[in-house]
Amino acid sequence: MQVLIDAASTGSLYALVALAIGLVFGVMRLINFVQGDYITIGAYALIVPSAAATPTLFIGLWPVPLAIGGIMLIVVLVALATERAAFRPLRQTDPSTLLISSFALSFLFQQTMMLVYNSRPKSVDFGSSLAAAVAIGDLRVPGIQLVTMATAAICGLALILFLRRTSLGIEMRAAAEDFGMAQLLGVRANRVIALAFAISGALGAVSALLIVVQTGTLDYRMGVMPVIYGFFATVIGGMGSLAGAALGGFLVGAASQLLQAWLPGDLRPFRDAFVFGLVILVLLVRPEGIARSRAARERV
Amino acid sequence: MSAEYPLTGASEASDALEARGVVVRFGGVVALSNVNLAIHRREVFGLIGPNGAGKSTLVNVLTGFQEPTEGEALVNGRSLKGWASHQVARIGVTRTFQAARVFPALTALENVTVAALGSGVPLRQARAQAFDALEWIGCASAAGKSGQSINYGDQRRIAMARALVSRPAFVLLDEPAAGMNAEECESLVGLICAMPERWGCGVLLIEHNMDVVMRACSRILVLDGGRPIAEGVPHAIQANEDVRRAYLGTRAAPAPAR
Repeated sequence: MQVLIDAASTGSLYALVALAIGLVFGVMRLINFVQGDYITIGAYALIVPSAAATPTLFIGLWPVPLAIGGIMLIVVLVALATERAAFRPLRQTDPSTLLISSFALSFLFQQTMMLVYNSRPKSVDFGSSLAAAVAIGDLRVPGIQLVTMATAAICGLALILFLRRTSLGIEMRAAAEDFGMAQLLGVRANRVIALAFAISGALGAVSALLIVVQTGTLDYRMGVMPVIYGFFATVIGGMGSLAGAALGGFLVGAASQLLQAWLPGDLRPFRDAFVFGLVILVLLVRPEGIARSRAARERV
Repeated sequence: MSAEYPLTGASEASDALEARGVVVRFGGVVALSNVNLAIHRREVFGLIGPNGAGKSTLVNVLTGFQEPTEGEALVNGRSLKGWASHQVARIGVTRTFQAARVFPALTALENVTVAALGSGVPLRQARAQAFDALEWIGCASAAGKSGQSINYGDQRRIAMARALVSRPAFVLLDEPAAGMNAEECESLVGLICAMPERWGCGVLLIEHNMDVVMRACSRILVLDGGRPIAEGVPHAIQANEDVRRAYLGTRAAPAPAR
């Protein structure tokens, strides 16, 4: 049972990452690998910039709501800046050009982080009170796992409400399905794309905080694995379907936790290889992903 | 242009969607050569011609999608040059496509709501306008269905509602009757004829179905090989020798001697 809760919690986290990737993919046909660096930047924004192994907290010391707001604001601004500087000028080009731009920018961010903060992992004490176990019946569940699941559920619901009940949300869904047609109907491309990036930044900030509370460490490549998992999640979920991406994220995250628990000790170091092997299996059986979407089949 | 426009005598000269001396070349290929036309508000104007005559290119010029090599397209006297496609919709020119291109995962109502939002109204009002448009076009019962689950004929009607709901000055319909049966064509003609009155717009109808064109349009322009070969009221076009030749290809197969 404990294993299942671990699985659900990791699954929720990857679902958040996958949602962010899926949202940007929807409007831009871009798998934004910089999403991982949004997470890293969000996490590092907690501390005073330095190379020390146990750095002083900066935003991390602010009252919790303020700290969460501050981190979100910073990452949203970074996300908007990357969209404006690295992706908007390339929008008319091939999707692969966008992808290369996203890789280049991701490396630039990682190397810069390494220069400023040094490559050694740092330990931070942020929100560690949440790590304490909460007793539910016979189970003792770390509080952060419950927080992670609740946060993912809230973010997912908020996103659904936004996409169904607001003008910009409806415009964004239309743009994700047929960008050219949406533009002809008066949807403003710049606004919709910038908003998708802003939301992906906010989701990146949320994932960053959850990861830091869970692990208590900072690493300049801490966003890489989540974003790769998130990418696989959107692929098996069906490119362009947000619900599929969230579901895929949940499944991939859960699978990694279950494998961690069930694999024989000798094989555990190769857990990721097993997860990715499962991804390949899913794609062999359902090449179009779990939830098929028209957007992925046709780029207008 | 000196032709007489029977139904649009009161229009001001600038209250029109115009092509002035439009030339479009793709490399060495001349897609349009010196096309002039003026569609007035509240009229249904037909554009016909054999395949490859340049109809689609002209539509692209009139929606600002294709920049003319020479000449210009104007809406109410304003040049379309340099406007982005979402702005052309806001200036008041919308279009439909042969493939309806409804958003498959959005409901019919949402499909039309997006277009209403494009004209800058708040969501609640956009929804109300969208529902009105669906009702007028005869698809109110499909409002809650997703685009992909609606039959093709209704998808096209929804695409028309989408083009009309923002109350454009001009709407361009690209072969709305293709693949429709006689009965559907009948009701389509009714809808098209009622558009200028109900939505206050001018309609440019591109259509291969001659019956629909002749019954719906007040004036018709015939293109052949990128060149305008005739313009006038339906019965004059039907009687025009050049038009018959363009469609029947008498140059290729000379008429037998009597």
